[in-house]
Amino acid sequence: MARIIVVTSGKGGVGKTTTSAAIAMGLAKKGHKTAVIDFDVGLRNLDLIMGCERRVVYDFVNVINGEASLNQALIRDKHCDLLYVLPASQTRDKDALTQEGVGKILDDLSKDFKYIVCDSPAGIEKGAHLAMYFADDAFVITNPEVSSVRDSDRMLGILSSKSRRAEQNLEPIKEYLVLTRYSPERVRLGDMLSVDDVQDILSLHLLGVIPESKSVLSASNSGIPVILDEKSDAGQAYEDIVARYLGEERPHRFIDEKKGLFGKLFGGK
Amino acid sequence: MSTTVTKNPSSPAILEFKSSTFSVPVLVLSGSDVDLIQEQLERKISLAPEFFKNSPVVFDLQLLNKQGLCLDVATLVDILIKFKLLPIGIRGGTSGQVEIANSLHIPVYSIHNNLSQTEPFQQHNKIQTLPEQTGATLNTLINHPVRSGQRIYSAGDLTVAAQVSAGAEILAEGNIHVYGALRGRALAGVQGDINARIFCFDLQADLISIAGNYKISEDLDDNVRNKPVQIYLRENSLIIKDLV
Ligand SMILES: Nc1ncnc2c1ncn2[C@@H]1O[C@H](COP(=O)(O)OP(=O)(O)O)[C@@H](O)[C@H]1O
Ligand SMILES: [Mg+2]
Repeated sequence: MARIIVVTSGKGGVGKTTTSAAIAMGLAKKGHKTAVIDFDVGLRNLDLIMGCERRVVYDFVNVINGEASLNQALIRDKHCDLLYVLPASQTRDKDALTQEGVGKILDDLSKDFKYIVCDSPAGIEKGAHLAMYFADDAFVITNPEVSSVRDSDRMLGILSSKSRRAEQNLEPIKEYLVLTRYSPERVRLGDMLSVDDVQDILSLHLLGVIPESKSVLSASNSGIPVILDEKSDAGQAYEDIVARYLGEERPHRFIDEKKGLFGKLFGGK
Repeated sequence: MSTTVTKNPSSPAILEFKSSTFSVPVLVLSGSDVDLIQEQLERKISLAPEFFKNSPVVFDLQLLNKQGLCLDVATLVDILIKFKLLPIGIRGGTSGQVEIANSLHIPVYSIHNNLSQTEPFQQHNKIQTLPEQTGATLNTLINHPVRSGQRIYSAGDLTVAAQVSAGAEILAEGNIHVYGALRGRALAGVQGDINARIFCFDLQADLISIAGNYKISEDLDDNVRNKPVQIYLRENSLIIKDLV
């Protein structure tokens, strides 16, 4: 049985797709067969971030409508054999996704995969709801600002009441906080909430902090999940997150301001 | 689209009935002096005008009728409307009052847990949406955070063994206990129990209320914020006291 992870947030543009691509790649690189699904029907950008946009033949909606088999639609990642992408359709309207259809696809994938990562669209509409409905774990992506934190809080409420696990009275979805686009400088200047502030408001297990980083944009421009950029801070932060999710204990990094050259040479890591 | 409707049994349903529960303030009257009602209503509303503006309200005449006082329902409805409240129900009325309410298209609610309800108006009950609870345990225990957008209603006491987020709302007919930060709205004694209390570990609430007596965040003194407190009612005003 696969473990289904939803990558979610109330707000758009916080880093869901970036995170979905990174952790899916991270899990696959650790030897787990992983599928990552784009639920953002109509926008479709997971395939861009994954660099497989020119290999899309069939999509999620084709499979739901029975126009293609799962095997036909799944795209094997070019960097890692154990990673597959199920792209969203760019042309179809959002109503194409149905709970029944999504459930069937996840069931089928579960037989063969260890992890299924669902990249959720923004908002609390149908697409977002379907992305989280079947989840076992939720990565709640939050930026260190009040509106994003509030949206995440709302999302957590929906996760705990409108999911399959909630409806069937099963063990609740495991919720993890991923704080992205974190800038210690801006926290110091008072422009952003600190890690502690966010944790205090959400009271949620912190899986990791991803720093605001230029490497994210350059990775996405070249269609490579940032986790493969092992030298970058964001790449390392995502690597930490995957390791922690799999049970490893690692200290949090990238929370304090960068040390100068001297500090880098002689201070800790 | 044409306006003539062809009867087509296979056309997709465009309506359905769903059951849901709303929390509506109940105005409990214990006196029948119309001038006094107006005066006190005005004072209450001035405390939180935005909260009350166009708010639906159910009026409860049980206490009044127990004392043998009488009040003309039509007059009361006029007063409520004058204060921009929207009367949507009557509770605990006599058969005469219920009849007037019916003629004004105001639904009749029954008083739950009221065992001696033999009034003929029971037959008029077409709508009953107030939560009806049976059995002894009306108390509710919530073990997880109550998140923004969520609302919890307890027909007895309500205990939240976690935080209540800003934008969340918890309501209880009895006491409220929050073993965490209380950032949302907490309303105790929502059916008029003036002895209900709110206890919390860390007061940061958007709004607190006991039996309809409100304080909003702005009204909270700094010296009661961010610490464990209990909140109770004394002579119609909310008292906030340190718990320890
Ligand atoms: N850690 C980060 N540092 C810098 N930019 C980021 C970071 N995470 C995401 N971004 C940028 O933010 C934008 C939105 O990211 P995306 O993952 O598409 O968000 P979502 O899927 O939540 O809408 C993109 O332009 C992306 O490059
Ligand atoms: Mg996205």
